[in-house]
Amino acid sequence: MLNRTAENVARATPEPLARKVRGISDKGLAWLFISPTILLLLAINIFPLFWAIYLSFTNYRANRPNEVVKNLGFANYQRILGDKDIWIAMQTTAHFVFWTILLQTLIGFTLAWLIDRKFRGHAFWTTLILVPMMLSPAVVGNFWRFLYEPQIGLFAYAISFVTGIPPTNIQMLSNVSLAPWSIIIVDTWMWTPYVMLICLAGLRSIPEYIYEAAEVDRASNWRQFWSITLPMALPFIMLAVLFRGIENFKMFDMVNLLTGGGPGSTTEVASITLKRQAFESWRTGYSSAFAIILFVAVFGLANIYVKALNKVKQR
Amino acid sequence: MKSSLKLALGLTSAITASTAVSNVAHAEDLTLCWAAWDPANALVELSKDFTKETGIGMKFEFVPWTNYADRFLNELNSHGKLCDLIIGDSQWIGGAAENGHYVKLNDFFDKEKISMDDFVPATVVGYSEWPKNTPNYWALPAMGDVVGWTYRKDWFSKPELQKEFKEKYGWDLGPPTTFDQLKQIAEFFQKRQIDGKTVYGASIYTERGSEGITMGAMDVLYSYGFQYENPKKPYEMEGFVNSDKSVKGLEFYKALYDCCTPPGASNSYMGEGVDAFKSGQVAMHMNFAFTWPGLQKDENVGGDKIGYFVNPKGPDGDQFAQLGGQGISVVSYSDKQESALKYIKWFANKDVQAKWWSLGGYSCLNAVVKDPKFPASQPYAQTFLDSMAIVKDFWAEPSYAPLLQASQKRFHDYVVAGQGSAKDALDGLVKDWTQVFQDDGKM
Repeated sequence: MLNRTAENVARATPEPLARKVRGISDKGLAWLFISPTILLLLAINIFPLFWAIYLSFTNYRANRPNEVVKNLGFANYQRILGDKDIWIAMQTTAHFVFWTILLQTLIGFTLAWLIDRKFRGHAFWTTLILVPMMLSPAVVGNFWRFLYEPQIGLFAYAISFVTGIPPTNIQMLSNVSLAPWSIIIVDTWMWTPYVMLICLAGLRSIPEYIYEAAEVDRASNWRQFWSITLPMALPFIMLAVLFRGIENFKMFDMVNLLTGGGPGSTTEVASITLKRQAFESWRTGYSSAFAIILFVAVFGLANIYVKALNKVKQR
Repeated sequence: MKSSLKLALGLTSAITASTAVSNVAHAEDLTLCWAAWDPANALVELSKDFTKETGIGMKFEFVPWTNYADRFLNELNSHGKLCDLIIGDSQWIGGAAENGHYVKLNDFFDKEKISMDDFVPATVVGYSEWPKNTPNYWALPAMGDVVGWTYRKDWFSKPELQKEFKEKYGWDLGPPTTFDQLKQIAEFFQKRQIDGKTVYGASIYTERGSEGITMGAMDVLYSYGFQYENPKKPYEMEGFVNSDKSVKGLEFYKALYDCCTPPGASNSYMGEGVDAFKSGQVAMHMNFAFTWPGLQKDENVGGDKIGYFVNPKGPDGDQFAQLGGQGISVVSYSDKQESALKYIKWFANKDVQAKWWSLGGYSCLNAVVKDPKFPASQPYAQTFLDSMAIVKDFWAEPSYAPLLQASQKRFHDYVVAGQGSAKDALDGLVKDWTQVFQDDGKM
């Protein structure tokens, strides 16, 4: 059927064009097919990257198109690396990435392990657990802002019900100590299902006969978990950690919607600082340098991590 | 067959012709860009008269305040042609003038005999001039605005509360004239039960993202003695921005936030303030005057229940208020500058300005605001006039954005997050602002 279609297409191709196509090698044809994608990538990814690298060495400001652009050398980089506020933003980001990944991995893997038991109604629970992940971050951010409202929010009332603390004293978004956790809670609520899905795929890929062999050897459930389940699911868990790590390193939407980086600068992650410098203060050169530093940091860390992941897979 | 072909051709021609005609009509339409708020709706209503008079249609591009600066500064920076006319924020004037975004209006004003002497002086300096205090005009004052206060007149007039207040503080409960009095009133109402509901002292600006906390804190700092720079030496800020008086002002603002605002009001600006007042949460409410017409009409808190007062005095008797408001400018990238200038000429007309005020806009024309009937025209008219007489504004330098971002950060870090001291915050601000001006080559 497929051959006949191909023959029909070949027959329908005008002779001059057919002659030209026949003259192209397989490699040439492959390049022909991927060239639109490559061109698009070059235009919207590679060119801006190189342009940003160039701008990072200048004093360029997008809101001053008429101003002379001066070459500053590494001055922007030096200023960023010596800026206390930037390091605070990086620490805030690291804190956020660490806790979200830890919680999402622990809860996600536990949920996956439970779902993998295939108890009655597990399909229903799987679907229900996946719901937060399907929502738009804008919607999630807005409704959690209402949930956290100290006067009318359900969250404050729930905590108040359990602890006896008046709900108006539970100011999740206004309190310096609680605000970072309010974002971690929402991110964990939203993205744990994603980690769970990847872990579930890992658990389902473990062949049943290995467990059967372990049963024959009278290995306890605990032993089976440590010696079979965890090592064999580890590459999947690591993959989930990589995906979430990269995503959370550049987290913007949730923080912007929930706290806007506040109170003060307590939840000002690197991406918020970058946005403020680039599109509010209009320091284009400076913010380009900051973006390059972030890019190198994520790229470097991701590379080290992928190497570790490959080692685990080869074991 | 032939007749149906003719019919089809005829119909096609008619459709093409009508489309072309409508395109010609639309080509004359002007697009006016502004923030999405109550006065914008009044301007839509007002502009119908302009269309009637000139045949020029008006389209409007209104953006919520939180995105207003981002959206329109991007538009101007990219030399976009979306806006023919723009009502840009007062602080944009320096950048817009120096970067060539606005058409300079001096020749046009001379030709059309529009005199800036006919407008409230503070609005001319604030909305039209760059450099400040020089006769270089880039906008026509369009919407006067200033930070002032509303209060719950009905609560203030409750005899039992008046009695209790007098016993506690030794003076009659009424609109405060000093910031100390304001704080006492706010403390008095904080967490009080009124009509079976817990209420709070005051709603003040604490917003972090755009300009909120700066507008609020400055509104207090000015009256405490804060100055942007040495009046004798421009850009010298040490000892002026971070003077002892300024430190006391910022400490006061933090104390007011800590003691007397509703729970969770850590990111509150114009909209949140209006919500807090309308929902009967607060006894007093800091906000720009543009919110007053809407509050006055509100069924629950308006009418006889609401009162207005000018920003109170500081400890030394100084009294200033943060300027808001905007001027209307012609965008230099517009292809319809001639029609846009016609709109400005029409808008400057006395009758149009009088109608502008009656619809809910705040006219800046002397002939309107100095009319003997003006103070009695609305319950808030006198407060507006008194407030406009004491205004000060934030930097209007081309680098206003980084200057604003620095103050937003420093003030929020101290006032809301409680990090460091007021002195640290203001010292840091001097450092940040110095860096900005050094980058600009002004220091």
